Amino acid sequence: MSAIRINWQALLALIATLASLTALPYTASMSAGFSLAVAALLLAGAVLSMLRLASALEALVLLIASFGAAGMLITGLESATGTATAGYFASLAAAWLLGWRLVTVMSGDGSRSDRTAGIVAITVPALFGIWVLILWECIVRGAGVPFVLLPPPSAIGIRISESLPILAADFRQTVLKAVLFGYVVGCLAGFLVAILADRFRFFANGLLPVGNMVSALPMIGIAPVMVIWFGFDWQSKAAVVIVMTFFPMLVNTLAGLAATSEMERDLMRTYGATHWQVLLKLRMQAAMPFIFNALKINSTLALIGAIVAEFFGTPIVGMGFRISTEVGRMNLDMVWAEIALAAIVGSLFYGALALLERTVTFWHPSYRR
Amino acid sequence: MPETVISAQNLDLTFETNDGPVHALKNIDLDIREGEFVSLIGPSGCGKTTLLRVIADLEKPTGGRMTINGMTPEQARLARAYGYVFQQAALLPWRTIEDNVALPLEVMGVDKATRTQRIRSNLDLVNLSGFEKKFPWQLSGGMQQRASIARALAVEPQMLLMDEPFGALDEIVRDHLNEQLLKLWAKTKKTVVFVTHSIPEAVFLSTRIVVMSPRPGRIHEIIDCDLGYDRPLDIRETPEFLKIAHQVREGLKAGHSYDE
Ligand SMILES: Nc1ncnc2c1ncn2[C@@H]1O[C@H](COP(=O)(O)OP(=O)(O)OP(=O)(O)O)[C@@H](O)[C@H]1O
Ligand SMILES: [Mg+2]
Repeated sequence: MSAIRINWQALLALIATLASLTALPYTASMSAGFSLAVAALLLAGAVLSMLRLASALEALVLLIASFGAAGMLITGLESATGTATAGYFASLAAAWLLGWRLVTVMSGDGSRSDRTAGIVAITVPALFGIWVLILWECIVRGAGVPFVLLPPPSAIGIRISESLPILAADFRQTVLKAVLFGYVVGCLAGFLVAILADRFRFFANGLLPVGNMVSALPMIGIAPVMVIWFGFDWQSKAAVVIVMTFFPMLVNTLAGLAATSEMERDLMRTYGATHWQVLLKLRMQAAMPFIFNALKINSTLALIGAIVAEFFGTPIVGMGFRISTEVGRMNLDMVWAEIALAAIVGSLFYGALALLERTVTFWHPSYRR
Repeated sequence: MPETVISAQNLDLTFETNDGPVHALKNIDLDIREGEFVSLIGPSGCGKTTLLRVIADLEKPTGGRMTINGMTPEQARLARAYGYVFQQAALLPWRTIEDNVALPLEVMGVDKATRTQRIRSNLDLVNLSGFEKKFPWQLSGGMQQRASIARALAVEPQMLLMDEPFGALDEIVRDHLNEQLLKLWAKTKKTVVFVTHSIPEAVFLSTRIVVMSPRPGRIHEIIDCDLGYDRPLDIRETPEFLKIAHQVREGLKAGHSYDE
């Protein structure tokens, strides 16, 4: 067995780094020496990764080389926006390739213990996210992309940290009032009506076509009407959210309640179970995967609905209000700060539901252990 | 003479389907007395399941009369006169084995202490002690089917209705469960109606074997089969056993040739 084990990411990183040496220094504010130091770090990482190291050691080497180089490349843009050469981007690509290699090494061959598997499950997406931010920062600032087109994440980060009170107020207005209230009421109402519609079939037959029609209505049309009906404050936004979340929950719950097998229903019949006993002990449980599906879909719909509904009139607070006014003022960093907030809220919301789903529907074939 | 538990008189059942009516049962006359073990055997589609489902009030006959203990099947069902074992175990995947056994008891409103006691004794009976906290999908097919038998027994019904309960299991597990079922029957003296495709199984277990024939489903022949309460597995090599098995096979052939 030879001491060298070629992997394509490291090989490409090696080539990219060597190519970058033809365009030194990388930026106007980087000395040739500093640029060479970056290149040396990348070369060392690439070469070491092709030696047969233990995978933990290889991961450590790659971590230092890729993030060290990335950090140096970001520093090298200080007061040198838009001056990056082709060499700069080549070495950025090399750092990214080593980062990719790092993720590959960490994912390993799947023969890991449960404990490390858990760590990997968190680290890999985190590394991915960090690299998106690094590339975004370096490309936008290195190539001098205009601020209104796309601000660098560092500027958005600064804006977020400086505007925490505003963001908190917007969060309270949009998420804690409109989204939460609308979501809870919409989902609960959809669920309860589904239970009734299931009991009285004719009710369902009348309701479902109406439901399909309402779901097809454009939100852009509903939102102004709701503002007229329920006023400018969060209540009209909550109403939009209720309309948007009600029918997905209704339709999914109805489908879920029908998801039991004939044999299971016959079984309950042989016990002389009442309608409500069958519902509670059999059909509701079987419907849980469907209900969680609706809860997850609705978490996304609720956030979108509340934000967009604020475009149509609102008191001077709220995430949608902020986005629409700050766009007008060309304060794109603030817009992106709100987008980041929405992304974080949406992911946490969805993630919490997915976690709850796992514990409630642990018995479903897709989760069984 | 023990009392008649199940009585079918001139029973008829026609399913209305999209391709026209299917005559599933025709002129069924059958009396089953308390403590009997009656097997229904016959080719696929001859109405064995349908007959069992009529007894269980899962299907309504379109003609004739069916009484259970002198009651209508519906009254008997609501009085929880029987335990039904389906071809598949049909255990609820979100319930542990013990909670699955507890399910009918919860529906009936049996108190917690009695439930605990019945779970233990019935899981014991089917040799599943120690698996109370497992989920159904963590058990083998044979164990699942045993759990479903424990669930049917937990109600302490007077009758057991079983629709090919061991059909999906391999021969060795099947033999073992047959022995256990026989012991159970000898001990509890329950009335059992048992659907099967297997001649040896029917002869080994039954006091009477009902041979059915298809299109329309009807009773071809009823064969007495009293080998006593104590039947070791190797009774299947004795001449008496083979004689009855031969008789059943001839009956099945004769019932089937009607078809050609
Ligand atoms: N719900 C139903 N609707 C229409 N036809 C049915 C229905 N249930 C059964 N049948 C028909 O009735 C006939 C008897 O069916 P049944 O299930 O009782 O047969 P079986 O003897 O149990 O057969 P197998 O040994 O295959 O289980 C068949 O022709 C079947 O197609
Ligand atoms: Mg059948």
